Amino acid sequence: MDNNFEPTIIGFTCNWCSYRAADLAGTARMKYAPNVRLIRMMCSGRLDPTFVLRALSSGADGVMVTGCHPGECHYIEQNYKALRRFLLLRRVLAGMGIEPERVKLVWASAAEGAKFAAETTAFVEEIRKLGPLNWGKGEGEGMKNESEDKNSSFIIQPSSFKKEVPA
Amino acid sequence: MSGNNKNQERVGVYVCHCGSNIAGTVDVVDVAKWAGEKLNHQGVVIAREYKFMCSSLGQELIQKDIKELGLTRVVVAACSPHLHEKTFRTAAQNAGLNPYLVELASIREQVSWVHSDKAVGTAKSKAVVAGAVSRVIENRALDEIKVPINPNTLIVGGGIAGIQSALEIANAGFHVYLVEREPSIGGHMAQFDKTFPTLDCSACILTPRMVEAGTHPNITLLTWSEVTNVSGYVGNFHVTIKKKARFVKEELCTGCGICQEKCPKKVVDEVYEAGLGYRKAVYTPFAQAVPKFPVMDKENCTYFQKGTCKACEKFCPTGAIDFKQEDELVKIDVGNIILATGYDLFDARRVSNYGYGRLPNVFTSLEFERLSNAAGPTNGNIVLRDGKTTPRSVGIIHCVGSRDKNFNNYCSVICCMQGLKFAHLVHERTGARVYNFYIDMRTAYKAYDEFYQRVLDEGTLFVRGKVAEVTNAARYDYEKGKLIVQVEDTLAGKQRRIPVDMVILSSGLQPRRDAKDVGKLFGISCSSDGWFTEKHPKLDPVATMTEGIYIAGCAQGPKDIPSSVAQGAAASARVLDKILQKEVALEPIKASVDHDKCSGCRICNGLCPFNAIAFIEDDNISDINPALCQGCGTCVAACPAGAISGTGFSDAQILAQIDGLLLRNLEMEKA
Repeated sequence: MDNNFEPTIIGFTCNWCSYRAADLAGTARMKYAPNVRLIRMMCSGRLDPTFVLRALSSGADGVMVTGCHPGECHYIEQNYKALRRFLLLRRVLAGMGIEPERVKLVWASAAEGAKFAAETTAFVEEIRKLGPLNWGKGEGEGMKNESEDKNSSFIIQPSSFKKEVPA
Repeated sequence: MSGNNKNQERVGVYVCHCGSNIAGTVDVVDVAKWAGEKLNHQGVVIAREYKFMCSSLGQELIQKDIKELGLTRVVVAACSPHLHEKTFRTAAQNAGLNPYLVELASIREQVSWVHSDKAVGTAKSKAVVAGAVSRVIENRALDEIKVPINPNTLIVGGGIAGIQSALEIANAGFHVYLVEREPSIGGHMAQFDKTFPTLDCSACILTPRMVEAGTHPNITLLTWSEVTNVSGYVGNFHVTIKKKARFVKEELCTGCGICQEKCPKKVVDEVYEAGLGYRKAVYTPFAQAVPKFPVMDKENCTYFQKGTCKACEKFCPTGAIDFKQEDELVKIDVGNIILATGYDLFDARRVSNYGYGRLPNVFTSLEFERLSNAAGPTNGNIVLRDGKTTPRSVGIIHCVGSRDKNFNNYCSVICCMQGLKFAHLVHERTGARVYNFYIDMRTAYKAYDEFYQRVLDEGTLFVRGKVAEVTNAARYDYEKGKLIVQVEDTLAGKQRRIPVDMVILSSGLQPRRDAKDVGKLFGISCSSDGWFTEKHPKLDPVATMTEGIYIAGCAQGPKDIPSSVAQGAAASARVLDKILQKEVALEPIKASVDHDKCSGCRICNGLCPFNAIAFIEDDNISDINPALCQGCGTCVAACPAGAISGTGFSDAQILAQIDGLLLRNLEMEKA
């Protein structure tokens, strides 16, 4: 495997906790791996699994999903919905032949800049070990043409919801 | 290439140096040049860099381009949107561009401050800018939603910070609900005897304020009460308060105190008297309590426990005792909320080597406050735990539980001055020899160091060093019956064993034990130490991340009385500012349902914690109430038909940003 492989990772953050954790890591000048590029959403509950698939099929080697700690969601409980989608998505990825470890979920409060930085660096190393994903790199492959379909959405069966909710 | 620009938007990219904050780790000139060339096909018509984009000159630069180049979208690559998004949105608005067509790319907090390699920083900045450009094209013009502000204010916590806040707002002519958990307002300050550095009597300066708050026509006092539920948003909060049963009818009670006198049940007062004195089962915590109505402590009342007694009811001259009273839920609507919930004293038992709770003559700071208070259990006589012996030597230990990795890392701010005050009071009232054991003497602020000098001049002894142990195990005859303070005197460079009669622990301040739950109730966060987090540590110390919720006093961090008062007043100034604007602009980030696409599957119905989604039986579709929607976007992500869309964070925006961040649009252009 190429030891010089520098993974490209897309990170999703919520507006209230994890994006502020990233801000705090910045304010405190904590150094971490530069491979993660962040997208801010209002809540981790906004994460449509399509976004993760799109990122992976468009050249990302991994996706980091971050949000407030369970019980601390700005929108009361929406991070639990992110959690169950995440768990389901990992199974779907495994079914597609993609290492589920390429998607990671991190809870980080607004005070946890250090945790955000450490988890980011650790995830980059995990992805580096997995190597490049190379999905959608081939000519004419991937989801290029689907960019027109703005309403594409990952269908989630309500019955599978319940199985994924941790006790 | 701009001929290929399918979206027809005209985008301006502005890269900020932030002095050397960004330019030190990112080649901003290169980033701007790159954006102008490589993102040209996306509609970037101008890309500039400037020393300080947020300065008025930087803003004017953008405004000029909007007008002269007809920009329809703006990307500012600078600091976090949490810092300057509003600045640049306002600037764009003033130049005639809808503020929501401006996107910030954070290349300071997310790039220059966290990476050290310039090449890496520059490359990542380019990707972040590309992501923002792709995204901003998908942004839609949005209009702020204006809602009226309820002029009433809720203040939680009736200590000095809360009282000050309440009075400021009430005096300005607006109504305040002041909620206090204990039977009386006054907070910790009501327990103190003297206040540093002026040594004026705490009760003398506090009680007039308490009375003013208690009688003010614009203040509704809700003591012996707790907030149980909060919903709504800035300008329109709905609050439920549990008013615990007092078992005393407030409308009949005159506060004469006969019930307290006649009550046969004595209870150790753990709260107000810090465990040093007694109260009755029906009581007001202290004589000057506001309101004057007593409360009945059900757990200790003989009638409630055994079914007989009712002495209070028999003797009450106005028939105000009511054993059948029940907890009452009060619902109020307010526009703004100030949390001034104060602190807990550090539990000195945790530092087991100092012997508190084991060695009787080790006292906490709060115990000493009661001991030295003329209205306290000993009428102000400073005596040992036996209640009669005057100590001939006293050791005061600073930094108990503070500045200690085993307990709290932070400095509790007040303990040095508190320790000096104790030293003065002991010296003045008993003539005892006083030792202060300190790590560093921290007497910042007005007239504080002068007080330190005064205590030095009075002959108090100071030993610099962290006390290792307080013990009663005597090694020598002269140590027998004494408490021995074992300390390394770091100035003299030797170990000392100093025998004293009494030890006072200048304990630190801690967040309230339920601070986290309270934070959750009001939707604000706590720092890793547990204090409520302010919006900005320097420039916005009383606001929080949640609009309409403010913090004041020790709830935000350890502070002395003047600072608590100043913060209380500052928080109310912020609230008055909101009230006087009469309406507030809400972020127009909301979800909405496309009725034609909705299949009525109802998956979204159960996902909304704010009950904003309702199912309309007649049309067999779901619909979202924009007034209740908080904009989290969970339903948008869940709708299998793609019928729900969210403004500000639409699928199109996020998917475009993914493409941009991965430089995909660039690749396509190359091919």
